[in-house]
Amino acid sequence: MNITRRQALVLSAGAAAFAVAGLNSTPSFASAEDTEKAIMAISGGKMPETGKVTLTAPEIAENGNTVPISVSVDSAMTEGDLVESVSIFAEGNPNPDVVTFNFTALSGAASATTRMRLAKTQNVIAVAKMADGSTYMDKKEVKVTIGGCGG
Amino acid sequence: MFRTNLVRAAILASAASICVSSANADPVDQELVIDGTLKIVTKTAAPEGHPFDEVLSGWLFRTEETRAMEADSFDNPGMLRVEEGEALWSTVEGTAGKSCASCHGDAAESMKDVGAAYPKWDEASKKPINIELQINKCRTEQMGAEAYEFDKGGQKPLTAYIKNQSLGTPVAIDLKTGEMQKWWEMGKETYYTRTGQLNLSCSNCHEDQMGKNIRADHLSQGQVNGFPTYRLKQADLVSLHNRFRGCIRDTRAEFPKAFSDELMALEVYVTWRGTGLSVETPAVRQ
Amino acid sequence: MASKPRVKVPKKATAGEVITIKTLISHEMESGLRKDKKGELIPRKIINKFTAEFNGELVYSVDLHAAVSANPYLEFTVKVNESGTFKFSWVDDDGTIYTDEQSITVG
Repeated sequence: MNITRRQALVLSAGAAAFAVAGLNSTPSFASAEDTEKAIMAISGGKMPETGKVTLTAPEIAENGNTVPISVSVDSAMTEGDLVESVSIFAEGNPNPDVVTFNFTALSGAASATTRMRLAKTQNVIAVAKMADGSTYMDKKEVKVTIGGCGG
Repeated sequence: MFRTNLVRAAILASAASICVSSANADPVDQELVIDGTLKIVTKTAAPEGHPFDEVLSGWLFRTEETRAMEADSFDNPGMLRVEEGEALWSTVEGTAGKSCASCHGDAAESMKDVGAAYPKWDEASKKPINIELQINKCRTEQMGAEAYEFDKGGQKPLTAYIKNQSLGTPVAIDLKTGEMQKWWEMGKETYYTRTGQLNLSCSNCHEDQMGKNIRADHLSQGQVNGFPTYRLKQADLVSLHNRFRGCIRDTRAEFPKAFSDELMALEVYVTWRGTGLSVETPAVRQ
Repeated sequence: MASKPRVKVPKKATAGEVITIKTLISHEMESGLRKDKKGELIPRKIINKFTAEFNGELVYSVDLHAAVSANPYLEFTVKVNESGTFKFSWVDDDGTIYTDEQSITVG
């Protein structure tokens, strides 16, 4: 099958039109700034350190409506080394908040899994807050694609 | 602007047959074992007269995350709806004061392997009948209840519950009874007929371009052994006739009614194309 | 609510074992951002809170926002030191609380 460059360009223009038309509401996406604000609210104004927390997410989501994600924090989960919470943010969604997992000394491990919505290709960020107030973060880009027939 | 592009894209796509990437993404070479115990046939030798040497389940074309979701019956969100269907099985409805269970007892016994043999010939209507229509027949003729409208009420969960009783059983439909062979021919005709502004037939995508990417979608053989199937996009069960109509709509054609003769014939033919694959209902797809 | 929540808790564990719990509840998680066929916004209706208690003590909780997928799935761990009963609760925006209980034998 042969597609000329011109045809390919027109085809992708059609695809772009789909992508915009596919949004049901006014596209008012959260910006990286809003996400940063939300992170700062947890960390008390300073950027969390990298490390300790691992966010697992697919590199390419098969569908943005159901994206499996997991987090785990390197912690003994004892009184002296306790993870209070892990919050997930999506900086390209209409609202950056996704979910906050609140752990206790009876959690045994600081790990959790859920499934989330991603409106488009974007960074997903996990912020872990330790009982001593220190914070750590991890970031993964997840590509969200549209299906073959515009669906 | 959008409409102009759409029409141009449609015309050019049809001229170029179909826009697929040249990169061939092979289906995975992996076994599906649900809950570590139930082996699912996802790859098997095709029946005689089949265009492929091997029939392949759509599961092999999905990402690791999606495959994992189907491999664990707890993680599979379609099972929520199967449980809903289980409750409906013993819910009394209609003037006769009966439920499905009143006549059929325990579905684990009475419905075991049944879903793998549908659609089958219905002598009364002189047409093939699928699970959805069989449920409606029971409701109207035995229970004195209203037939379910397409995709409404308990149709999807109850169909999924009944088909789930055949989980793992290889699909095998009987084409020798009644006029099933004639309906198979009709379905085959539909399968290979180009339609819509995009001028596409089922075979253009699911046979000619199987294994390739159509934009971001990895094209499978379009097997139906997992329907009703849980689609991540809808976050719900999607019925086979809904999927048929969706595909035909995407070619920008007028689409036939659910359970119309055209789509029933297509169901007979496409089900046959998956002969030997295990029933996977509720499968998990993108 | 179409069906009752699905919860997977091991029946048995040894003292001090960290067990994995999985939960799944049927819920549309209507985001409040979608429009209906008439172009009007569909009001938000989500599960906004999940809690897990063991023998009356809160051991884990989750705050959910509209970006959690329909039919929320939650998997987490709990350290069990004694036999007892888990109580799981899902709080809907409309005030409804869905609950489920599961017991575990530790020894």
